[in-house]
Amino acid sequence: MAVSNERIVFLTGDLGFMALEGVKEAMGERFINAGVAEQNMTAMAASLAYEGFIPFIYSISPFITLRPYEQIRNDICLHNLPVKIIANGGGYGYGIMGSTHHNIEDIGAMRILPNMKVFVPFTGEDVQSALQEMVTDKSPNYLRLNLASVQPDIASFAQWRKIKPAAGKAKAVVIATGTVADNLFTLPGDLLNSLEVWLVSKFPVTTIPAELLALIKETRHVITLEEHQGQCGMHETLASLLLKQLGVAIQYDTLFASGYPSGGYGSQQWHQEENNLAGKNLENRITEFISKPYAGR
Amino acid sequence: MLEDKRNAIKSRLIRMYKAANAGHVGSSLSCLEMLVFIKFHLMKEGDEFILSKGHAAALLYSTLAEEGVISENDISLFYKNATSLPAHPPVNKIKGIPFATGSLGHGLSLAAGFGLANKLKKLSRKIYCITSDGELNEGSTWEAAMFIAHHCLKEVVWFIDRNQLQGFGRTEDTLKLEPLDKKLESFGFQVVTAAGHDFNDLKNALSLFKNEQPLAVICNTIKGKDLTLQNTVDCHYLPLTDADFNKLTQQ
Repeated sequence: MAVSNERIVFLTGDLGFMALEGVKEAMGERFINAGVAEQNMTAMAASLAYEGFIPFIYSISPFITLRPYEQIRNDICLHNLPVKIIANGGGYGYGIMGSTHHNIEDIGAMRILPNMKVFVPFTGEDVQSALQEMVTDKSPNYLRLNLASVQPDIASFAQWRKIKPAAGKAKAVVIATGTVADNLFTLPGDLLNSLEVWLVSKFPVTTIPAELLALIKETRHVITLEEHQGQCGMHETLASLLLKQLGVAIQYDTLFASGYPSGGYGSQQWHQEENNLAGKNLENRITEFISKPYAGR
Repeated sequence: MLEDKRNAIKSRLIRMYKAANAGHVGSSLSCLEMLVFIKFHLMKEGDEFILSKGHAAALLYSTLAEEGVISENDISLFYKNATSLPAHPPVNKIKGIPFATGSLGHGLSLAAGFGLANKLKKLSRKIYCITSDGELNEGSTWEAAMFIAHHCLKEVVWFIDRNQLQGFGRTEDTLKLEPLDKKLESFGFQVVTAAGHDFNDLKNALSLFKNEQPLAVICNTIKGKDLTLQNTVDCHYLPLTDADFNKLTQQ
């Protein structure tokens, strides 16, 4: 894409070792290592976009979102310029690298900015689809990268999509965002079969699709799953939409990243497990939730 | 004549501040001649200008009005509700204001971005940027300085309004900037110094540009020049007194 489209400029915050060498070679002078200077890189990208380029700016997620946050808001978003923020390792993606390299605030921090669209892919094909959409979108975009799911037969990239139907009558609907949804496929067969799983892959979300609303009215049980901080990520924005659109009470359980509950550090998988987002903890939490009878009227 | 332009812009500026009863008078008077010099002596068609010290917006508006870009009617609405001209440059896409500024430490990076675009597009238009001296406290300014110097973006010309004052004190009492010329030289700039209110001195300083490294122009200025409270922090915040208004309008 970058070779054929000469408007694309790629700026990296001094990262890309053993990953971006080919991109650098292919793009020539349109590939710039801006140094460990994300604020400058971000503001420069705004000027490049003003000049008609499509700048991609790249770093590890916290370094390309939270460090230059004001440059993103003022210089890019307020001016609605098509800068493409490519963030490696949202959530606990950088695992044992520790909390400075994690970003469990990125989706919230980005989705609330004016004109910003957030892309959270699930599969490798999603990344390609997201990039194709981003390069034609005239607004600022944020792409949260993580290790892609390799689940087969996943519906193509969209803001909302069903990625797994229940076998028979669903006991609950799981609404997830990002690659953490892959962990659902490791649940025991019976449990997994009792769930219908939907993915949200673009933010902001402004409406819940009718098919999903109908299913929620039927099951009255919704579980949200996100590798993101609780207050500003996916589940609160969904709760607000459900209140507006649903018209009936439901049981609502929210699985999210609460940070560092034990104070310890480990792999991405370890952090996910500690936050009930993976493994046995995820299984137990969902099992307990769906066993609760619907308490509404 | 630059003096005529300066007088017209200053007169409008003073009337704007008085009508609005607004602060930042001192910030605008500090870089008045610098901006007039850039706009009416240096700039050519296609050149860009970025006011990184966005709190001198009224000066920029008055200058753009002098150029006919902003209408006198819009000027009369400065600071009023529903205006297109707030206290800091807006996002409204006014010709001559490519970016909303006001948060310090952004402008030099934005100028660097234009410089980089020059390189990619094989353009030679100039990009002029005025920063304050207080905003040199911002680390992002030095990120931009490193980038401009490393990539030898000679079309970017960095003017520093060196009035020695910042938001809550003198620069040298807050975070020492001196020796500023040596700092900038060590970053890779050619540094020239000028008396920032003197057009001839500004011309002489610019004539020293060797076109080998990017240029930084340290302009020694007086914050709130000609105000009773000139060269004090007060003139950053306080609106014009009647006495100063009368004195300046008579000038």
